[in-house]
Amino acid sequence: MPLWKPDPTFYPSPRQAVTAPAEKLAYVAAFDRSAEKPDAIAVLDVDETSTSYGRVVGWTDLPYRGDELHHFGWNACSSALCPAAPHPHVERRYLIVPGLRSSRIYVLDTKDDPRAPRVMRTIQPEELAKAGYSRPHTVHCGPEGIYVSNLGGADGADGPGGIALLDHDSFDVLGAWEIDRGPQYFGYDFWWHLTRDVLVTSEWGTPSMIEDGLVGELLLGRKYGHQIHFWDLRKRRHLQTLDLGDQHQMALELRPAHDPTKEYGFVGVVVSVEDLSASVWLWHRDDGGAFTIRKVIEIPAEPADAADLPPILQPFGAVPPLVTDIDLSVDDRYLYVSAWGIGKLLQYDVSDPFAPRLTGEVRLGGIVSRAAHPAAPELALAGGPQMVEVSRDGRRVYITNSLYGAWDDQFYPDGVGAWAAKLDVDLDSGGIAPDPRFFPHGDEFRGLRVHQTRLQGGDASSDSYCFP
Amino acid sequence: MSWLAVATLAGLGAFHGLNPGMGWLFAVAIGLQERSALAVLRSLLPIAAGHALSVFAVAGLVEVLRSVLATRVVAIAGGVVMVGFGLWKALSRRHFAWAGMRLTPWQLTGWSFLMSSVHGAGLMLVPVLVANPPPGVHRDHALHAPSDPGALLWQGLAATTVHTVAMVAVAGAVGLLVYRVLGLEVLRRAWVNLDLVWAVALIGSGAAAVVLTI
Repeated sequence: MPLWKPDPTFYPSPRQAVTAPAEKLAYVAAFDRSAEKPDAIAVLDVDETSTSYGRVVGWTDLPYRGDELHHFGWNACSSALCPAAPHPHVERRYLIVPGLRSSRIYVLDTKDDPRAPRVMRTIQPEELAKAGYSRPHTVHCGPEGIYVSNLGGADGADGPGGIALLDHDSFDVLGAWEIDRGPQYFGYDFWWHLTRDVLVTSEWGTPSMIEDGLVGELLLGRKYGHQIHFWDLRKRRHLQTLDLGDQHQMALELRPAHDPTKEYGFVGVVVSVEDLSASVWLWHRDDGGAFTIRKVIEIPAEPADAADLPPILQPFGAVPPLVTDIDLSVDDRYLYVSAWGIGKLLQYDVSDPFAPRLTGEVRLGGIVSRAAHPAAPELALAGGPQMVEVSRDGRRVYITNSLYGAWDDQFYPDGVGAWAAKLDVDLDSGGIAPDPRFFPHGDEFRGLRVHQTRLQGGDASSDSYCFP
Repeated sequence: MSWLAVATLAGLGAFHGLNPGMGWLFAVAIGLQERSALAVLRSLLPIAAGHALSVFAVAGLVEVLRSVLATRVVAIAGGVVMVGFGLWKALSRRHFAWAGMRLTPWQLTGWSFLMSSVHGAGLMLVPVLVANPPPGVHRDHALHAPSDPGALLWQGLAATTVHTVAMVAVAGAVGLLVYRVLGLEVLRRAWVNLDLVWAVALIGSGAAAVVLTI
């Protein structure tokens, strides 16, 4: 049933969204690497006044096994207020949850019992194949429906990856979004400058390049993705490719400015094959009207004893930072960068996006450092800050520690474990610190690994806005 | 046209103008993007043109049909279409989908035409149009006799003009009020589900048109 007033979690502008109340629940994608148990959505209590704060308070087991849950998103968000087709009386209610390995997509209803969402629809891989795609990844609610990016082609084809469009209401797969994909082949993340009719996509690799682990020859041969693509959101046509240089392997997470009058954004690069550094790049519109890109953050590799390194890194004698996720606060002020290899979460003040300023860092886990959490100082942590999610008000940052099943096994061969942490943010002068009361880990996640977090009511990477 | 008809057409125009989906919201977004109140008003021109085209498509059709059919038949058929369309609006969860915010004035006109059409903006005028006696025909005979198509079309055009002027005046006033005074927070607090109101209005006036004519 449609609502009488707009869904209260929709905000016309990012300036209003930062005034949103604190979230009470967080949804975390959890997967069983062995595919013996079903994957699940774990529900965390993030209400600081609750007695079960920082604990897993609910589970939704999925009906199949081996999905490898990864990223997910909401059926509707603040873009429903956009003036070209306003429909703000729908509900932010359903989580669209893709299985990255199985190519199934689940629709979970969070309304009746937010602590135990109900699986209300399963979209089978054959249905997604109608769009020509498999290995669904990023989900965004947008002007023409629900957009889902994919890494692979359908019916055994390795590529091209691309975006499938799902119906807003029925969740039926409508087809491939692209009308003219130009030179784009690899898929990974996407987002947009909604008021500028621009969509941006990034590149990881095809399923055969990632599903059995990172392939050293492909990496050193510079075969993973290193470009980002700009598209006409309305005409669904490829406009422009920006190449970061093939030494910059794997251009992953895209974080455009939330302010709709701005046309810039950040993309994280996992590793440079020249020096194992990681980097963050800024794209922006130049005076001539074309997009251009430049490196604004570089994080160097940390030297290490070969004896302390997993086999994949021993030849290099260093730990690559491996920037695998970045997240931009809703007010576009702070950029959070996770360096999964060295076990660091970095906070940059990007008020001037061309000149990020490091304002805070937290060390947890890491391939060599194995830094502990203040809540369990004796426990050496595997994995590192990986998926980052920022609350709408920018005061809380949530992180989880798994990257991707097969890759976890290569970089943390003793087991990556499972943990989540919450960091408190000093908004005025910058700075982040782990909350000692918030550290769900180990058995609390039932042996599953944890990936993306989504916050009830929306978060910094869920909503886009049409009004400044 | 009687004063009552003019007032009703203007009232419906005001009602359409009030609806954020019909244009003022788009105008405000463009104004905010360009940081200009003038841009709010400027973008309302193509929006008004699209709305007028959509309304005239229905008004013109109704008047032309009245020149070959008895008004009673047109009224009943129009009423039935309105009730059906209103029921569909009320029961279906479908909503208008549109990608793209950087539009030329022509594209904005097209957008407004489509937006008004899928919301049945013109349909809502049918009861007023058919209640209006054809030019030169006495009210007592109005429901029976076909009459001059040219004169009827002019009447349709006049109705469209009255309606659209009221629509754009209200949309402009609301748009400027939100842009300058109220701010965007009003969207979260005061934006009731006008789709439901429209559906009820269509069903109600469509049914009334049928009942009163029979």
